[in-house]
Amino acid sequence: MKLLQGKAGWTLLAVVALIFPFFAQNNYLLSVATQAFIMAIAALGLNLITGYTGQFNLAHGAFMAVGAYTVGILTVDHHVPFWVAFLLAGVVTATLGFFVGLLSLRLKGHYFSIFTLCISYIMFLLIEKWESLTHGPVGIMGIPAPSGIGPLQFGTPLSQYYLVLAFLALAIWIMARIVRSLLGRSFMAVRNSDELAEALGINLMRTKTLSFVLSVTYAGFAGALYAGQVRFLGPDLASETVTFDLVMFTLVGGIGTLLGPLVGTFLVTWLTQSLQFLQDYRMVVFGPVLIALIIFLPDGIVGTYLKRRARRADTAKPAAPAATQFVETTAKAKHHA
Amino acid sequence: MELFFQQLLNGLTVGGVYSLVALGLTLVYGILHVPNFAHGTFYMAGAFVGYYLMTALGLNYWIAMLGAAAAVAVLAMLADRLVFHPLRNAPELHDMIAAIGILLFLEAGAQAVFGAEFHRMPTPYGQVVEIFGLTAPLQRLLIIAGAFSLMVLLHLFLNYTVIGSTIIAMAQNRDGAALVGIDATRVTLLVFAISGALAAIAAVLYAPINLVYPAMGNLVITKAFVIIILGGMGSFPGAIVGGLIIGMAESFGGFYFSTDYKDIIAFVLLVVILSFRPQGLFTPKGAR
Repeated sequence: MKLLQGKAGWTLLAVVALIFPFFAQNNYLLSVATQAFIMAIAALGLNLITGYTGQFNLAHGAFMAVGAYTVGILTVDHHVPFWVAFLLAGVVTATLGFFVGLLSLRLKGHYFSIFTLCISYIMFLLIEKWESLTHGPVGIMGIPAPSGIGPLQFGTPLSQYYLVLAFLALAIWIMARIVRSLLGRSFMAVRNSDELAEALGINLMRTKTLSFVLSVTYAGFAGALYAGQVRFLGPDLASETVTFDLVMFTLVGGIGTLLGPLVGTFLVTWLTQSLQFLQDYRMVVFGPVLIALIIFLPDGIVGTYLKRRARRADTAKPAAPAATQFVETTAKAKHHA
Repeated sequence: MELFFQQLLNGLTVGGVYSLVALGLTLVYGILHVPNFAHGTFYMAGAFVGYYLMTALGLNYWIAMLGAAAAVAVLAMLADRLVFHPLRNAPELHDMIAAIGILLFLEAGAQAVFGAEFHRMPTPYGQVVEIFGLTAPLQRLLIIAGAFSLMVLLHLFLNYTVIGSTIIAMAQNRDGAALVGIDATRVTLLVFAISGALAAIAAVLYAPINLVYPAMGNLVITKAFVIIILGGMGSFPGAIVGGLIIGMAESFGGFYFSTDYKDIIAFVLLVVILSFRPQGLFTPKGAR
């Protein structure tokens, strides 16, 4: 088990992802895996605002749709090159996220979640009704595949797989840098307690807004990749179902851990594929699974494993926990005073 | 002028239905401090049970309504016992995710049993009546009468019976209520039963002039959330006033501006109001 931790574990994951196409017998499996990678990028983003910063954003899927529609509208209706549209998708979602964040992050707890749920509905209804811009319920068809960069072409499912994998790797790397930096620590401080974070000199609103913008930018780029891979967009992408899927991915893997959203996305996608005979009824199984997880295993797979490891490390070194306990109690005392 | 009264009537109808749904939501929030995202699927379940009782078993409209109310009350109590009760000490994020789990399960379940297509509920009250020179569909008048008499009944129950006052006591102060001997578990179950029954009755009242399908609760529940935020989370009169405001805004907005965007009106109202008053319009004293 020790071998699977840290750098070695990540390398192993990367190797598995790199050689997967040679074991996948057909293009169908390949495109399922590609879409799982795209969802994993979006789930990483959701995990930043919900898992690390503690704000349960229910509009995440809608932001993914905004990114996807930016690419769709620009490439199909305005013949903008794919990669320009791709970058603009990030800019548009980040800008929108900034303004939505300014409004919504003044609200706390439940109010924030309900507010973002309403935002997600506004976006869904706008996409469905604003036909002159979004083609309405018909959707956008014939989105071009990502155009080639130099000698690299992305026309085949195999090349798309590696393209999306590269983006996923980049997304993981950036996320790792964020959560291990001082900024990541301040996100976690906000999650643990608003008041405590403020007492430590953290600018609450700025930190939350930054986390929100970063998180929806992930969603925007995921959506842009989705547009290039699926090449058809409908308003359903903005429905709350996508957000709920992302919540499930993050929760199954372990909320507030770096690896969690990835494990959750791959595991749930794999399960969905094996339970395909259930089709639209898969939620009959996954709904109760979600509830059972939140009651019995709220830290998810990765989170539970990490906690168990931390506990074992604690018992091995009896001096260490006493010290952390002291810090915690003084922090609590300050908080109450 | 007649068109104006038509819109007023529509506003009262829709507003009455929204108020009933929002009342259930706000009661549960007042007791548990859980935003029950699954409340819309209770509403949907009520419509389907009523539809099933009327079409498959050929029962009378009112008996079907009572049956739906009873069935959804049991469903809501099960949700409390199996899901919310075990999570009573968990962080609020967990409650919200669990509620989403119930929502996903019930929606997919309804789709598995009844199919994804739209159903129309029959009504014995399809005729149009004329009062003071104004014509109105009887079903709409029935909705208004039903919704508002139910609100009065609920008001009397909460304020003038001992069981009702235990609910109010628990909403005001959980620990205080426990200290004077109120059984928190039983009151919570009762509140869930009431909230489920209200949603089911609202659904059976509204279904004949609307359609019955698995996703029918989603828009209603989101609007109900808008309403209870408008009215202050946990506030009883706030839910009624908020429901009427949204009902009127939709009815008049849909008529004078655009039917396409009438569903957005509620959400835009919320965004505007929360931008200026993050605590809601009629926040009760002492609430957060």
